[in-house]
Amino acid sequence: MSTPAHGSALRADQDRAAAPHEAPGGASEGRRAVLRLLRGVGAYVLVALVLAFFALPLLWLAAAPFDRNPGITASLPEFTLRNFERLWHSTDAVHSLASSLVLAVGSAVLVVGCSALAAYALSRVRIRGRDGILYALLLLSSIVTGTAAMVPVFLLAAGLNLVDSYLGVILVLTGGLLPAAIFILKDFMDTTPRSYEESARVFGASPLRVLKDVVVPVVRPGLATVGVWTVAQVWGNFLIPFLLLRSPDKSPAAVVMYTFYTEGGQPDLALISTFSLLYSLPVVLMFLFVSRRYGFRFHGGIKG
Amino acid sequence: MATTASSAEPAPPDGTPPGGPPEQDAAGLGRRGAALFVVPALVLVALFLVLPAVWTLYLGSTDYRLTGIPAVDPSFVGTDNLTRALGDSGFLRSLWLTLLFVLGSAVIGQAGLGFALAWWMRERTGWLKTTLEALVMLAWILPSSVVAFLWIAFLDRDGGTLNALLHTPGAAWLLDHPMLSIVVYNIWRGTAFSMMLYSAALGNVPASHLETARLAGANGWQLLRDVVLPCVRGHVLTNLLLISLWTFNDFTPFLITAGGPDGASEILPVHIYKTALGNGELGYGAALSFLMLLINLVVAVIYLRLLGRGRRARRRPAADVPAPRGPGAGDAPGRPDDPGEATA
Amino acid sequence: MGGVARRDVVRAAVLGAGSAALAACGSPLDPRGAGADGEVALTVATNAVSGGKNADEADWITRWVVPRFERRKRAEGTPVRVRFAPSGVDDEQYKTKLALDLKAHAGPDVMALDGIWVGEFAQARYIRPLREVAGERAVDWAGWAQIDPKVRSLARFEGKLYGIPAGTDARLLFFHRPLFRRAGLPADWQPRSWAEVLAAARRLKRLDGVTPLQINAGTAMGEATTMQGVLPLLTGAGGRISDGERWYGDTRELRAVLGFYRDVYGAGLGDPRLQQEAKGRDKSFERFATGRLGILAEGDYFWRDVIAPKTGTAPMKGRDDEVGYALFPARAPGAGLGGRDHVSLSGGAVHVLNPHTRHPRKAFALLAALHSAAALRARLGDSAMITERDDVNDAVLDRDPMLRFAADKALPVTTFRPGLAAYPAVSLALQEATAAVVAGRSPAAAAAAYRSALKEVLDGDDRIIG
Repeated sequence: MSTPAHGSALRADQDRAAAPHEAPGGASEGRRAVLRLLRGVGAYVLVALVLAFFALPLLWLAAAPFDRNPGITASLPEFTLRNFERLWHSTDAVHSLASSLVLAVGSAVLVVGCSALAAYALSRVRIRGRDGILYALLLLSSIVTGTAAMVPVFLLAAGLNLVDSYLGVILVLTGGLLPAAIFILKDFMDTTPRSYEESARVFGASPLRVLKDVVVPVVRPGLATVGVWTVAQVWGNFLIPFLLLRSPDKSPAAVVMYTFYTEGGQPDLALISTFSLLYSLPVVLMFLFVSRRYGFRFHGGIKG
Repeated sequence: MATTASSAEPAPPDGTPPGGPPEQDAAGLGRRGAALFVVPALVLVALFLVLPAVWTLYLGSTDYRLTGIPAVDPSFVGTDNLTRALGDSGFLRSLWLTLLFVLGSAVIGQAGLGFALAWWMRERTGWLKTTLEALVMLAWILPSSVVAFLWIAFLDRDGGTLNALLHTPGAAWLLDHPMLSIVVYNIWRGTAFSMMLYSAALGNVPASHLETARLAGANGWQLLRDVVLPCVRGHVLTNLLLISLWTFNDFTPFLITAGGPDGASEILPVHIYKTALGNGELGYGAALSFLMLLINLVVAVIYLRLLGRGRRARRRPAADVPAPRGPGAGDAPGRPDDPGEATA
Repeated sequence: MGGVARRDVVRAAVLGAGSAALAACGSPLDPRGAGADGEVALTVATNAVSGGKNADEADWITRWVVPRFERRKRAEGTPVRVRFAPSGVDDEQYKTKLALDLKAHAGPDVMALDGIWVGEFAQARYIRPLREVAGERAVDWAGWAQIDPKVRSLARFEGKLYGIPAGTDARLLFFHRPLFRRAGLPADWQPRSWAEVLAAARRLKRLDGVTPLQINAGTAMGEATTMQGVLPLLTGAGGRISDGERWYGDTRELRAVLGFYRDVYGAGLGDPRLQQEAKGRDKSFERFATGRLGILAEGDYFWRDVIAPKTGTAPMKGRDDEVGYALFPARAPGAGLGGRDHVSLSGGAVHVLNPHTRHPRKAFALLAALHSAAALRARLGDSAMITERDDVNDAVLDRDPMLRFAADKALPVTTFRPGLAAYPAVSLALQEATAAVVAGRSPAAAAAAYRSALKEVLDGDDRIIG
């Protein structure tokens, strides 16, 4: 951890910033060098700690699924693939992942689409009390995603014939996620430059076309972020699909995850850890794909 | 070059983001066009958010239950549920714990660590940055039920990973420091969002401003305070509003500590879950949700006040920085890579 | 659906009659539609899922009961298609889902409820007495003759039967024989009073690394605290939790119970940390199985499922020799409820019919099929548990002396919990009282705090005795 601390550890701008004011004299020069070294080492030690902080809790997920007899403790596994085999045979785990995928993709498309349109319009046209309304919706979304709202949500879905349909779950989840998505997207639609839009408009492009060809490319990393956020939220949501779906073959992974308990409520760690890994993989892959393809920034700048 | 468009137009000193006032209708949308754009979201939100939310608020003024006699025949109790909550020591304790949880894990933890990470990463490439970023993101996107198990395994007193590392066998983190445990957990869980938001915001700070300030001899702290913060103020506000709200509503700690021991980590979402689902008191649970909404509103107002004042206070020093000479002045050496391209 | 209809839904649901408005709406909500070729479709739901929670129950229904039932109905010329709706989640969540379905006049035709939900579901008019739904055939069912009146009370509310009980269980004290031997205690230990339990625990305390006694306490153990701790002790002290719609508050018997908790945890005879951990109950099982816990109060499922030599989650190879079992003693001989020397507590599921089933006659036939002697024998295979039927119990319980003991000795002295909507909140208040004592408060103060918690739960004093 100590070797890369020279020079590269310090940002070049600090060197440059210091340069014009540097007093002549070796002692001061030496002290600065030591200080710089210390700060560099310090920064890397901190980074190492943060790295460990984020990595350590993940160990269990890497070890337990391959353990013959997994406990609650992460340890070097007594290697086996039996847990995967058991899962493959004894549950509709694979099926549940497909359901999760339908729900997640459906919600992500709807959330990204609706929130991009709305955020763009809200960003470009002045509407009185806009921010207040947006925040009020954000607050209401906190109620709907809570347990207290389950009866209204269920009765609403029942009234609209949306029980036991993927669409019902997607719509309810989308309604709950939209305010935050608009909030995030609007925030940086505000900060994207207008000049290209204006020139596109001069050439007679319709607003929808301007949005599609000019704005979307600029905010693409932001859309990707909102998309990934939506997928992660839907992927982990238990309550809504549990309340609204009935057919066992529609149960998403979040619901199936809760079923690996015995009569007395004891977790079956072998199944849970293995399923956790399978259940996590799609979101991880999606993240890797999206971050390679689109980057993970709210504004990545204009390309090309 | 990625940032030419924004750095060519120096940001106004009051911190309005580059690109001009947000209301400028550059695409010629017009009110009708804007309304059309908003309609899909509006319909979904009205039907699947506002309607059930208002309905829930109404239930909060009844003694409605899922089962038993009040399930058939709930009676209107007005504000009884609210007065009951305000006199209920369980609710008040849970409220206090929630405030601690939000302050510790979101406002200080996630926002602080997220900013630090964004600052450290902003001009960096290489495997270390990539790894760190990936791990932070991983913590954010994994499903909560999985994450809960990871943390139980990590903090378990009989040989959890943490005890093995620290050589503290038998240390019962979840029992002796339940709040600290879930605060640390939530920092781990949610820092990614702040990191991303601040990365974006920092990418938006005109490099020329930074350069100028450096030439004027500003040290790191002054740079942050006088140049960076005024530019990212809006992002700080967005970030705080969102992560506070999310943390207020975060239910995952229930999966780790179940609110225990003896309610020592029973934050509001857990309290409401136990009230509404465990005891079946949906009316009272809905009233608690309403109180939670009010508290969020108060928190939001505080943020607006604080950051609003911050803007006025910082206007002067930021204006002292000499005006940038042009886009070329310090752009190239200060920005070795463009974040958008680095990940492409 | 127009705005008017929706407003009706809102108003109706808010006023508590939402179900009526919804009944008109929902076919997707309602999986009971006709199958292909006009064949009748039925749905049966329990909190079980193949490969997960209660997997053998789910497999039994889908592989044994349903195919045979369908074959029989086809032979009778009235074909029926039965669908099993699995769940396998927390009981509260399963309960919520059923309640919502029933509220909307939809849901499965036959479903399993925990016995203690019968009262609150009946009060909410989610379920109706069996006779009203299925008619006289429900009364004439031959199986009733095999079901003990005591077990039948699981399905009874205000004098009416709402379904057929699906087996029952009993709470006992399990003890670790090798540890008893090391502590110089008898291998056939059968305590006659609380004092004898405490005395044995004190002997066990001398052993290194051994938790002497596990009587569940606190909120982290959830219902296990009430079921395996407070209520057996309370009946052992001669007390009760409720009488009809009224609940007992700060009584002498409750203070005695809390006094026992103080004696256990104040003197280091139990591990107070275990009571606070979210996974404390699992840990208590693991400790018992590995010989680090002397006496454990649990239901018979602990024997059947947790420490079962092959299939258990904390298996004990030498279970049959190493694990002893005893009845819960009353506080002192004859001091238990109704002058009993020993007490136990029982629960169990009840299968009920959906009052809105379109095919009550066939739904009842399916219900009966779930409770035939042949079906129960198939369910058990070569394992054993206490079923609702005496004829089956006579045949299978001899396979397992522990279950024979539970059925013959514990069931005659057992009690059931009251199935009222307030019960979960009352139970929570009891758990909090034990937690307070474990944390060092005096039994009198904890009992007084229970009394005020009760007042809040019941919204006033008029339903509290004492």
